Amino acid sequence: MNLQQAKFEYLLRLGDSSLIIGHRLSEWCGHGPILEEDLAMINIALDFVGNTSELLKYAGQLEDKGRDEDELAYMRDEREFRNLLITEQPNGDFAFTIARQFLFDTYMFFLYEGLKASKDETIAAIAAKSHKEITYHLRHTSEWMYRLGDGTAESHDRLQSAVNDLWMFTAELFDMDEVDALLIKEGVAPDLNNIKTEWETRVNEVFAKATLQLPTTTFKQKGSREGKHTEHLGFLLAEMQYLHRAYPGAKW
Amino acid sequence: MEDAKKLEAFEAKINSGVKIEPKDWMPEAYRKQLVRMMSQHAHSEIVGMLPEGNWITRAPNLRRKAILLAKVQDEGGHGLYLYSAAETLGVDRTELLEQLHTGKAKYSSIFNYPTLTWADIGAIGWLVDGAAIMNQTALARGSYGPYSRAMVRICKEESFHNRQGYEIMMQLAQGTPEQKAMAQDALNRWWWPAVMMLGPSDDNSPNSEQLMRWKVKMESNDAIRERFIDRTVPQAEFIGLTVPDKDLKFDEETGHYTHGKINWDEFFDVIKGNGPCNAKRLKDRIDADKNGKWVREAAVAYAAKRVKEKEIA
Amino acid sequence: MTDTQWPVWEVFVQANPGIPHKHAGSVHAPDAEMALQNARDVYSRRSEGMNIWVVPANAITASSPEDQGSFFEPSNDKPYRHPTFYKIPEGVKYL
Repeated sequence: MNLQQAKFEYLLRLGDSSLIIGHRLSEWCGHGPILEEDLAMINIALDFVGNTSELLKYAGQLEDKGRDEDELAYMRDEREFRNLLITEQPNGDFAFTIARQFLFDTYMFFLYEGLKASKDETIAAIAAKSHKEITYHLRHTSEWMYRLGDGTAESHDRLQSAVNDLWMFTAELFDMDEVDALLIKEGVAPDLNNIKTEWETRVNEVFAKATLQLPTTTFKQKGSREGKHTEHLGFLLAEMQYLHRAYPGAKW
Repeated sequence: MEDAKKLEAFEAKINSGVKIEPKDWMPEAYRKQLVRMMSQHAHSEIVGMLPEGNWITRAPNLRRKAILLAKVQDEGGHGLYLYSAAETLGVDRTELLEQLHTGKAKYSSIFNYPTLTWADIGAIGWLVDGAAIMNQTALARGSYGPYSRAMVRICKEESFHNRQGYEIMMQLAQGTPEQKAMAQDALNRWWWPAVMMLGPSDDNSPNSEQLMRWKVKMESNDAIRERFIDRTVPQAEFIGLTVPDKDLKFDEETGHYTHGKINWDEFFDVIKGNGPCNAKRLKDRIDADKNGKWVREAAVAYAAKRVKEKEIA
Repeated sequence: MTDTQWPVWEVFVQANPGIPHKHAGSVHAPDAEMALQNARDVYSRRSEGMNIWVVPANAITASSPEDQGSFFEPSNDKPYRHPTFYKIPEGVKYL
């Protein structure tokens, strides 16, 4: 694997995660718990769509096979997707969505902070722009973690159970393979071991303030690096890609 | 006696173009009508998020996905501005939403039609927002300050909605034969509902005279409808689509189009609740409200705990 | 607990540096932090602002329409507060 191939693979990981979690958030549109929150979630979803476009566009350029961001988003199959498993988990209730978003936002916050220093200028520029957005997302989801965790008995139970259910997907966030090894060596990507420490510290702080217990789940589900997803992704892609694929070559 | 004097001053103010503000004296009928209009308008915005929201997860590319998300978000924002405007007259948003959920309050008939294909998203932006803007630019000149200010902001933001819809239709009309058929089919299905959404014809629209005098309503339904048709027909022709009205004719003498007979039975039926999507739209709104209850309560409980902590400290 | 749509907050947005905050509208929020975030999400969707104030709506005291005469008319007959009241001969500069 050369550097260019590693970058392509890495950009798919970043871009697909943004694409899929943004898609999940967009499913809330018009169904949020209150009008203000409906707008807030759409704002976050919009940031992810923008971020996806930039990442996949650059991925396509590096690959140099004439695939643009839409081709990459709409014409690949389940096994070719590299998004983290946590991002594809269905929305569930508002507590589940917030927990999923918070765990992922925290990860993205530290990861993109590292990527701002990437030796790849395009990646560094995308990360710098996105990091501002993520900083706000994390603030928003953290505040919701406090309110749901330390709100009513019902909200606490819902959030605790959401966190428990999601926990098995968190180990994967910090998985590294030869792609990471090469990019770390070249100064393109940060070492996820460091991100993991920062992530754990922040998650612990927020959980404590939100009166949540750290889950004791030991099972860790992984596989997104090799395109082994949960069964949910297939349905999501079937919906997302149907129109684009139904009319090959059509412009919209 | 006192009221007659106040009414005279109130009408004089309106005549001289001064806006009425929340704390000003106003006739009860004016207040009632405004609350009804603003809440109906607000309900239309948030129910209107649903038919378009229906296509966000299936938008054909990332650019369209972002545009549609931003547009539907705007509808939510506009609902929010309008509820706020209604609240200045002393009604709570909780109460207004309850009126929507119990069917006591109405919303625009147009959102009870289904969005069956992607072209419907184009048709809504082009036709529905096009018709709505005609109405809203008039309302921006209305006499009630908060409503008028909300309308000014809304009109400013909505101008892209109309264009993005037309752009979608144009792209389809210039696309493959299947795409063009999709666009024509959407126009066929949305044309009449859009023409109808501007409200019953003038001879069938109660209270209009007083509302026009008080600048609550600015123009008659038929006048707005005429302008909508005059502007939209050439836009359809420009992209090679056919307006589904075989009686549509341009009248050289008046400079306006005359249109075929409008099926008002359908309109009143949909308003009554018998449209293809009435039940679904209402259920979606009620479900969102029900599912959000524990969330809203949790946030209030959390805030109350923080206040208590401060008191102790 | 009774369900509500949360209290109303008034939102003031500063569009550019150096100019005053201007009333933009209102939002519903359970507390100040969420009010600030909601205001950001509702009223800066088109980069309208660089700073936001949120104020609980019930913390605002407004003058009444009936006060208008007694509050504001007394200043109408005091033109000497305006520079145009004073006649300065032509040719005198920097005044």
